[in-house]
Amino acid sequence: MSIAIRNISKHFGAFHALDDVSIDIPSGELVALLGPSGCGKTTLLRIIAGLEFADSGRILLEGDDASERHVRERNVGFVFQHYALFRHMTVFENVAFGLRVKPRKYRPNENEIRKRVSRLLELVQLGWLADRYPSQLSGGQRQRIALARALAVEPKVLLLDEPFGALDAKVRKELRRWLRQLHDEIHVTSVFVTHDQEEALEVSDSIVVMNKGRVEQIGSPDQVYDHPATPFVASFLGSVNLFHGRVEDGHLHVGEHALAVGAGHVATDQAVGFVRPHEFDLLPANAPGTGLPGKILRIIAIGPLAQVELARPNGELLEVAILRDTLSVLGLREGDEVSLRPRNIRVFQNNERLAA
Amino acid sequence: MAIRKRFSPLPGFGLSLGYTIFYLALIVLIPLSAVGAKTIGMGWEAFWAAVSNPRVVASYELSFGASLLAAAVNVVFGLIFAWVLVRYRFPGKGLVDALVDLPFALPTAVAGIALATIYAENGPIGSLLKPYGIEVAYNPNGVLLALIFIGLPFVVRTVQPVLADLEKEVEEAAAGLGASRWQTFVKVILPHVLPALLTGFAMAFARAVGEYGSVIFIAGNVPMVSEITPLMIITKLEQYDYAGATAVASVMLIFSFILLLIINGLQGWMQNRYSKGA
Repeated sequence: MSIAIRNISKHFGAFHALDDVSIDIPSGELVALLGPSGCGKTTLLRIIAGLEFADSGRILLEGDDASERHVRERNVGFVFQHYALFRHMTVFENVAFGLRVKPRKYRPNENEIRKRVSRLLELVQLGWLADRYPSQLSGGQRQRIALARALAVEPKVLLLDEPFGALDAKVRKELRRWLRQLHDEIHVTSVFVTHDQEEALEVSDSIVVMNKGRVEQIGSPDQVYDHPATPFVASFLGSVNLFHGRVEDGHLHVGEHALAVGAGHVATDQAVGFVRPHEFDLLPANAPGTGLPGKILRIIAIGPLAQVELARPNGELLEVAILRDTLSVLGLREGDEVSLRPRNIRVFQNNERLAA
Repeated sequence: MAIRKRFSPLPGFGLSLGYTIFYLALIVLIPLSAVGAKTIGMGWEAFWAAVSNPRVVASYELSFGASLLAAAVNVVFGLIFAWVLVRYRFPGKGLVDALVDLPFALPTAVAGIALATIYAENGPIGSLLKPYGIEVAYNPNGVLLALIFIGLPFVVRTVQPVLADLEKEVEEAAAGLGASRWQTFVKVILPHVLPALLTGFAMAFARAVGEYGSVIFIAGNVPMVSEITPLMIITKLEQYDYAGATAVASVMLIFSFILLLIINGLQGWMQNRYSKGA
């Protein structure tokens, strides 16, 4: 079922939680709402679910206006960050809950309930835990049960509020792969909220990047990562190095150095170049060609990668990620002077991307 | 071969258990065993005569009946009270919260006199009820009223923290799965607070059975009708019938103990069932 979010605004007292937000989510997609805490992403999710109501704007589910509908009648499955399982019920009864509370004429019989719950527990690979209580499960298991419970009522839309936020790094990684596989199996339109850009990039079909109650950019993971529409998106998805300067004749002039950025860029004095840590080549200072000078302060080895901290002559710090092998081939060490060669620069002026 | 001494990571088990047993003996068990000793000294026939006197039997019925009923009433309204205090914000909430504890603090005689004055035929509320044929003061209704009054804080204070502990998300999850408000209450909220509710019930009941001060002022103390068992005990004491008084007291003690044991057992069973290891 498709979801259309139309001009949603929401205040909490003086705080503007959502400001004229419009998003279209096609049927069957897995969409991430990504943003820092307080950006309004959870509020938006709760408004889609009917747990919260907008001050203005409309929510259309499959084209029907659902803005005034109670959460009971929206047919959405909601998964909470802290699971919200029913503590006094077994895993089986938790999953069966949605079936047991149906009005009598729609309620499946005991046999059918048993069959459907077993199938769902199979789907989340936890059939062997049916008789346990939530307190006896690990966090990852609890969240999978919460998901099975939400799916039991065959929702048209699945909404997940930071579903992996309370889990440790390893389980989180496993679960998000698993969620992706599950989604490929059942194809229910899903929206999940996260502040973890890696999670959003890995799991989703498309990402909605939000900041301060507004949508910054909507696009596929590749689009938002490689072609950020705003400086916020560029810096929120992964780390970036900033170079302030002016654009002239297809070059970004940083101090006395000029970096080629392509002829399409309009000339300006107020340009900022964004370069991701892995988009640099490091060469010894005396290597031919133009680059920015820098001095290596620290080299931190993280697995196959080295994270290199550099200082520019004006004192600004830079972060560069480079293969450790490359570093050792070049023979670079802490304290060495180097030449930095950005392979890719995104240039923004104020809040706008300059044409590339 | 030496047996290795095992240490628990929690310090002071021996000390604290020893202290607990000593304290329990000093404060509870020794005074109570005095009741038993006095009773045993009087012989079976005198004992039976004292405890099976029709007036005394009527007082058991009133004391235990009214106490159970009062505790049951308090469970219903205490739950509503706790619900309001936990879930809603309203002006004067702090005041209401503090007022709940007042029956704890008020000298019970003051409460009894106040209730009697207000609910008497010529009192502000009693005079309003009179035309409808409802009489509260100076009959068993008065006993019930006084026992409800003193028992309320027990239920509210035991249920309140448990209710506060139930996350809002759990109710939202239930609603999202299609449960009506009533279904959410019966299937989700009630099972969660039931053990606490039962504790509150047991405490309110125990308090009510032993209550004396507030009841005697409003009960009217009509023989066979509105005399409570503690009053029977006092009456016997005033007549220097110490053995008779302790005999009645021991019967009351045994009844109360059995009832509390049952309630505690029920509660333990429920805890086990509902929140294994939680």
